[in-house]
Amino acid sequence: MRDVSIIGFGQTPVGEHWELSLRHIAAQAVLAAMQDAGIDRADALYVGNMIASETSGQHHLGALVADFVGLRGIEAFRVEAACASGAAALRAGYLAVASGAADLVIVVGLEKMTDAIGNSITTALAEAADADYETPHGLSFVSINALLMRRYMYEFGVRHEDFAGFAITAHQNAVNNPYAMFRRPITKEEFVQARMIADPINLLDSSPVADGAAAVVLCPTDQARSFSEHPVRIRACEVGTDSLALHDRRDPLFLEAAYISVQKAYARAGVTPADIDLFELHDAFTIMAALSLEAAGFARRGEGVRLAMDGSIALNGRIPISTMGGLKGRGHPVGATGVYQVIEVAQQVTGRAGANQVPNARLGMAQNIGGSGATVITTILEA
Amino acid sequence: MKPVKDVGIIGYGAYVPRYRLPASEVARVWKDGEDVLPVREKSVPGLDEDTATMAIEAARNALQRAGVDPQHIGAVWVGSESHPYAVKPTSTIVAEALGIVPHTLAGDWEFACKAGTEALQASIGLVGSGMARYALAIGMDTAQGRPGDALEYTAAAGGAAYIVGPAEEALAVFEGSFSYVTDTPDFFRRPYQHYPQHGSRFTGEPAYFKHILAAAQALMEELGARPEDFTYAVFHQPNIKFPQQAAKKLGFRPEQIRPGLLVGDIGNTYAGSSLIGLSATLDVAKPGDRILLVSFGSGAGSDAFSLRVTEAIEERRERAYLTREYISRRKPIDYGLYVRYRRKLHMH
Amino acid sequence: MGIPAYWRTRTQRYALVGEVCHKCGAKIFPPRDVCPECARPASDPFTFSGRGEVYSFSTIYQPPEGFEEFAPYTVALVKLEEGPLVTAQLTDVDPAEVHIGMPVEMVTRKLREEGEEGQIIYGYKFRPLLRSTLTPRPSGQAA
Repeated sequence: MRDVSIIGFGQTPVGEHWELSLRHIAAQAVLAAMQDAGIDRADALYVGNMIASETSGQHHLGALVADFVGLRGIEAFRVEAACASGAAALRAGYLAVASGAADLVIVVGLEKMTDAIGNSITTALAEAADADYETPHGLSFVSINALLMRRYMYEFGVRHEDFAGFAITAHQNAVNNPYAMFRRPITKEEFVQARMIADPINLLDSSPVADGAAAVVLCPTDQARSFSEHPVRIRACEVGTDSLALHDRRDPLFLEAAYISVQKAYARAGVTPADIDLFELHDAFTIMAALSLEAAGFARRGEGVRLAMDGSIALNGRIPISTMGGLKGRGHPVGATGVYQVIEVAQQVTGRAGANQVPNARLGMAQNIGGSGATVITTILEA
Repeated sequence: MKPVKDVGIIGYGAYVPRYRLPASEVARVWKDGEDVLPVREKSVPGLDEDTATMAIEAARNALQRAGVDPQHIGAVWVGSESHPYAVKPTSTIVAEALGIVPHTLAGDWEFACKAGTEALQASIGLVGSGMARYALAIGMDTAQGRPGDALEYTAAAGGAAYIVGPAEEALAVFEGSFSYVTDTPDFFRRPYQHYPQHGSRFTGEPAYFKHILAAAQALMEELGARPEDFTYAVFHQPNIKFPQQAAKKLGFRPEQIRPGLLVGDIGNTYAGSSLIGLSATLDVAKPGDRILLVSFGSGAGSDAFSLRVTEAIEERRERAYLTREYISRRKPIDYGLYVRYRRKLHMH
Repeated sequence: MGIPAYWRTRTQRYALVGEVCHKCGAKIFPPRDVCPECARPASDPFTFSGRGEVYSFSTIYQPPEGFEEFAPYTVALVKLEEGPLVTAQLTDVDPAEVHIGMPVEMVTRKLREEGEEGQIIYGYKFRPLLRSTLTPRPSGQAA
């Protein structure tokens, strides 16, 4: 397999883009990425998207986006893995280049959540859960995470307010990210008093869902320097899965799919957790941040929350997370998130993260989680 | 009336939901707190309950007591005025939930408050004829009272299930039964109407008392029995006064009807009413006790049964929740919550 | 849920009918084609007793579509006494009374209705025991 690098990227701000349709928002990101890479053609385009069919009545996004960005005719199709669709599309693009099948590939993650109004979004997102045995019981996606959080608090003697650091750090970092949805810091008081959604999860435990599109351009590493002054090598991009339903997990409090994908990624990249300079984890909910840190080997089981309390996750900490806001502050346009994460790691390891620069960042990890942990895709990038 | 083979009750079970609306709440909203209360409180089903779900639980209790293989039950017959579907039987849902399908009869019965005992009569016939080894008869309702109407005090939810089978396996044996039916328009409901019409005082003498007395007297005469030969009597209970008056007119003492007189605590459970009165009586009856059961359904008719309790009662009784455990499981609600739970507000 | 999908899962949702693996004895719910413990084919029906305890729970204030009329309600992960974990609502209980470890029993209730004209969907929920000393409902092979 050939070595693969990112030679350009583009992203839209995450927010409510009433005036942009699916194809328009995709084009903004793709054209920006193509310009960044200095290309006007590609061999293939992979689209990561979760719920366009529900929000916008639109399947068949590969052909739609390829044509709309002026690439009619090339190989293109949509890839779906719930909220891990973005990273799944990256994996498809990575394999296309690594295998030698393609030399120039565009990967775009996109989501237009505001095309659906009201409660239909909740219904669409719940399709990431088990349709026969989870959803019919009135479970919302938030409540699945709430079940996890409550059990975690019970087993490890942790209080809800102990999770505050995840939200506070993310929002703090989002202040300096022009693409972030929320750019205001929050306080611990605000975290503790926020409105309950599905107890114990409140509004500030949860990432906002919105519109966004983000794209990267891939090519073989040995051609990268001809396109970009700061290419980023994909050292690993690995996938793990677990049972779809939370109740079928061997241990609901252990993200086994994350463990599997992270172990494969470390092995492929020849690194250990100590080598990772930053971790763009999937903080859709504060509980997920804690569990992700544990599964990736940065904390022992039940101790992930401690990293939020002792400063480890800050920009100058041992393992910075959500460095550009994370899902929490930058936002979570579900099918696009995986690509935003990768772009943010790329910015960090090439020293282009501005005020949020993690000192001496060279090796970064992004992790995209689908559903309550049924699909996890871990990508390790190096400048 | 008796079938060729002797039959009896193999298992029985009740169900009452946990919510209670005090009659004082109805009076508070509609009468400024001033009214004569026909019951103390009535049972109200939760948002996730209906006649099918309640019938399933009562039937499960009956099956637990009976200890028979559900595949040997040859009929599932649910009597109610509040079947969840107008077309699609409650009985098939119960049959599926209990593992009785597919080799079974099933069908829903309607005869106002005597739909359950009609199903019981038919079960006696089915088993007594040898056509089925066991039959499951259920009377269950989630009755709706028109807001502000007198019946709103009492229209309640609950009922009981009975598995009928061979007398040699029974905890109570049927000595005989009788039915007395006329065409009497004391209470009825047209299709697509949410609430019934009722005849006020016409529901008394020409309806309730005429049929209950006639059925009871005819059965006792056929059996050569007098009121004092019975340990207990259970009558249909639309309110506290009617069954007490019926008992008195027939010559029964208040103590005989006491264990089965539940209406003050849970209201009138319509098709479940006399059957749940019977389950509460079986919960305390001793071997050798004799029980008279007389239902009444508007339209109108009464089914009367005479039962003799056997030695099997004591052990079987303990296998499932007792009627009083459901009755004492109570959570009082106010009129507002009751309106929400009974979906009297149209939200669309 | 469409009518065929609902109908297919009726014995699971009415009566907690799952499977037992005849190779390793694992009790499986919901039923699968392959035993999750020993990876052998699993297909012998097994009816769970319905007894279990609360593993985790959460009260939902913002329900998904179709469940608005029931909110707020409590969902839970229930550990059945035979081993598997199931997702279900709790019923007949005040949210403040719920705690991890609470013993519960299965009841069949309405999950929801598809409007006033559509099907009524019944399924399992769990409630606190009416009495803790009752002889347990038997579990075992489905008839």
